[in-house]
Amino acid sequence: MTAKLEARDIRLEYVQPRTNTRLVALDGVDLEVMDGEFVSIVGPSGCGKTTFLSVVDGLIAATAGRILVDGEVVTKPGPDRAVVFQDASLLPWRTALGNVVYGLECIGVRAREARERAARFIELVGLAGFEQHYPYELSGGMQQRVNLARALVMDPKILLMDEPFASLDAQTRELMQEELLRIWVQAKKTVLFVTHQIDEAIYLSDRVAVFSGRPGRVKEIIPVGIERPRPLGLKREPRFHAIEDRIWGLIDEDVRADRNRQGVDRGGANF
Amino acid sequence: MHAERSFYRAHERAILGGAMVLLFLVAWEGLERGWWTELLRPLLGASAERFTLKPIFISSPTLVAQAAWRMFFVTGEIWRDLAWSSLGYSLGLALAIAVGIPLGLAAGWYRRFSYAVEPFLSALNATPQVAFLPLIVVWVGTGLGARVLIIFLLAVLPIAINAHAAVRTTDPRLVKVAASFGAGDWRLFRTVVLPSALPFLLAGLRLAVGRGMIGVVVGEIYGSASGIGAMINQAGSRFQTDKVFVGVLTIVAAGVILVEIVARIERRFDVWRPTTP
Repeated sequence: MTAKLEARDIRLEYVQPRTNTRLVALDGVDLEVMDGEFVSIVGPSGCGKTTFLSVVDGLIAATAGRILVDGEVVTKPGPDRAVVFQDASLLPWRTALGNVVYGLECIGVRAREARERAARFIELVGLAGFEQHYPYELSGGMQQRVNLARALVMDPKILLMDEPFASLDAQTRELMQEELLRIWVQAKKTVLFVTHQIDEAIYLSDRVAVFSGRPGRVKEIIPVGIERPRPLGLKREPRFHAIEDRIWGLIDEDVRADRNRQGVDRGGANF
Repeated sequence: MHAERSFYRAHERAILGGAMVLLFLVAWEGLERGWWTELLRPLLGASAERFTLKPIFISSPTLVAQAAWRMFFVTGEIWRDLAWSSLGYSLGLALAIAVGIPLGLAAGWYRRFSYAVEPFLSALNATPQVAFLPLIVVWVGTGLGARVLIIFLLAVLPIAINAHAAVRTTDPRLVKVAASFGAGDWRLFRTVVLPSALPFLLAGLRLAVGRGMIGVVVGEIYGSASGIGAMINQAGSRFQTDKVFVGVLTIVAAGVILVEIVARIERRFDVWRPTTP
């Protein structure tokens, strides 16, 4: 297996405008995602996992380090990577179909072909019949399906997913996780998935990268090693809990260290 | 019984509104014809006289209607004024749209340009623009140019200010989506900024339509020989109260129609927004 995506020693500094101080958001992030692999990033809030995803997408330029896709350095957004955004972020004045064709329009695919391709992916995410609905007419889960189809239709080499299920209710979230695995198997994509939910990361992934907080870097990579397909009941099995405990331990260490450093008890870990 | 009540419920708004207008017209007519004086004389005696007013003060609905009939269909004198006012109004409003929308959008889009024009926009917005009328007369005289200019000045600000605010309030998450799909500046503007700005632009236009009407009247009072505003002014100075009312009502009607047209365009572009209950 070859690495589809490589992040080499990514460092990101920025100036906080209000206090005019220099902050380090990411410090030496190294990560490899193999072809067809599903990798999740978890970590304490504010550890820069979403920021890292933006660097991989090319929306934010790294201060140092390189992002490689298939061995080629990338610095700008491109059709080889597509993002599934947090909060769906659909264009509210476009129908479901109109939203899914948006990315294709941007790379100059002809309207008719774009619509045909979009229709296929709307069907794949289970929204056939809702093509002409506006986002406000769709539930949160359905909006996230459109969001997913909008990324998949680009046929990217790598799918970048930024806490896509964070705003959904618990039941819908579980359903969407199962759906995502079904779609992932069909679409055969390489996925980098950011979440703050440890069980979600384990359930979905081949490997889980645990970030340490402020500045963010990869603390440890945990292989999940559970066979697929995975039923939702897996989440209640002891081997699942064992991995969960291990990741909790890694993050907890970090949160406590951070709290001691600041000398403030914020009252409870805030994930 | 039940059917009648649901008919009333279904048309409650029109019925109540219409009844109030009718009541108002009857009260007005009665003041001029002395109905109320007759009615109240047994109660108030001689002081009931104060409930009759001379037509020169208030005219009456029937007198106004007669005057309107005469001016529109017998002498046809109002058509010339209407055409003249419409010309100034259309030119002024068109100019305001042509300048206001690009100006506001550019100010919202380019931060530095916004810094440069903001002092002018804020100052102009805080001024009653009709105060510029004497200056305008000095610059371009009292002809069509002056009227177009004052209508433009009144209408351009709500358009520009709304366009400016519209661009500023574009959802940054959607901008991020467009950037992530590799959309260039022009595509970002066309597919994200403009559609999200459209409701603001139309709301600005709706305000401008009303503000422009002020320009018609004020601009023509300042030494114009024709136009609805000039007609009102002349009729007023000759105590032809019914003609004044015909002029005022004509402007009201034109304003209502134009605002309704813009409101319809707004609704046409509103399909993607949840209807507020």
